[in-house]
Amino acid sequence: METFRYLPGVSTLRLDAEVCIGCGMCSSVCPHSVFVLRDKKAEIIDHDACIECGGCSANCPVEAITVNPGVGCAAYIIQKWLKGSKAAGLVKCC
Amino acid sequence: MNQPSEKKDCCGQDYPCDTGLQPLGPRPLPMAQPDNDPCCGPRPGPPSSPNERPGYTLCHFVDGFVDTPAGPVPRVSTSLNPADFLGNIRARIGFQRDRYRIAPGLYCVGNPDPESPVLVSANYKLTFDTVRKNLKGLDTWLLVLDTRGINVWCAAGKKTFSTDEIIRRAGLSSLAKIVSHRNLILPQLGAPGVSAHRVKKGCGFQVVWGPVRAGDIIKFLENELQASPAMRTVTFTLWERFVLIPVELTLILKPSLWILLLIFFISGISPDFSFSSAWHRGLAAASAYGMGIFAGAVLVPLLLPWLPSRSFYIKGMVSGMAGSIALLPFLGKILPLEAMTLFLLTSAVSSYTAMNFTGATPFTSPSGVEKEMKRGIPLQAGAMLVAVAAWIAGPFMG
Repeated sequence: METFRYLPGVSTLRLDAEVCIGCGMCSSVCPHSVFVLRDKKAEIIDHDACIECGGCSANCPVEAITVNPGVGCAAYIIQKWLKGSKAAGLVKCC
Repeated sequence: MNQPSEKKDCCGQDYPCDTGLQPLGPRPLPMAQPDNDPCCGPRPGPPSSPNERPGYTLCHFVDGFVDTPAGPVPRVSTSLNPADFLGNIRARIGFQRDRYRIAPGLYCVGNPDPESPVLVSANYKLTFDTVRKNLKGLDTWLLVLDTRGINVWCAAGKKTFSTDEIIRRAGLSSLAKIVSHRNLILPQLGAPGVSAHRVKKGCGFQVVWGPVRAGDIIKFLENELQASPAMRTVTFTLWERFVLIPVELTLILKPSLWILLLIFFISGISPDFSFSSAWHRGLAAASAYGMGIFAGAVLVPLLLPWLPSRSFYIKGMVSGMAGSIALLPFLGKILPLEAMTLFLLTSAVSSYTAMNFTGATPFTSPSGVEKEMKRGIPLQAGAMLVAVAAWIAGPFMG
């Protein structure tokens, strides 16, 4: 999504290229075209577009991707601050 | 709408419906034919459909049943009727939105056979309607998960659209008996909740990631299950932002009623209390608050790409400042200090409201939202404190 860019340099997304087997699952599920497949390895080409939805890490069969997944929602984060992340799981935010 | 005159049952596959097979047991005694033109009173309604079952409600979107080795599967219509549009509007304004759901399980469209593709979706009725209206002319199976009435993307985030639910629902629907292939086409935005490799291990079905939008399903199927980059990317058009506004306002409405009550109360605090001045000041402050909500929940979504900064709290602050200045001529006689107080109030409310809109957008990351909240909330809280103190102090200083 070229028209909308959010805060840069914050995403917790990490890719371990050593572990990657180049299946391409991450680039299929990413809704913001963060990954491309080059020489049978995934590569992060747009780190700042990542919204930390966690689709890529959930679908990486070799756990080469880590991300702190969550919902980018202020009400959820306030609940997390107030009650801790466990209780926030029960909060309706969107 | 092409509503068939005969409504059908929509009971789940766990309870096979009457398919018109010969009933077991004794046949009914021959009786006199019912009189369609009775001697008195209005004509009776049409006879019951053979698909009706005691204890179940008929779903208007089911237009027949398809027989399978696992029992009859309800076939859904691909056109929406006025009840669907009304339900759509009600869900959009947030009225009983959490109850707008359908029974999970296997449905179908057209006349699918064991080779037909299986699409997976959520049981939020708005989602279900969006999917089925985009399946015109197809013969497909439609496995609806129990996402607790939540759309695919939010449900994936909340893990109700999940690996385990797919495995469970495929089992409950006896999907392996109904189709000969072992592929499930999932909406791409379900990925945060579903691990494709774990689905394969759990129930033998291979996940194929379909397009983001239901509107691309037909193209995706024609294209031999290949999605173009555009089908893989989310958008956030003016219309997509606009339809989110009503529910944002509904969610704010309830706390706002208490806040307005409080506003009128503190506007009445004065050394020489008079009802008319309390009312006048209360009205001015309430308008400023209302403008803050409007600027944050209406202007920010609509003007999102054009407002400055990437941080929503700044976008909200800017729209709130503009809204506050636009409101000034309508506030009647007002002191400069009061005008500045209300300017702070509107800007802070708008900033906070806009910050809350991050959760409804498809391009904000939780780390980013947390970062801007750490900057925005102290500013908003500070502005609010100053505004409330100045508003209370005002009458005592004159």
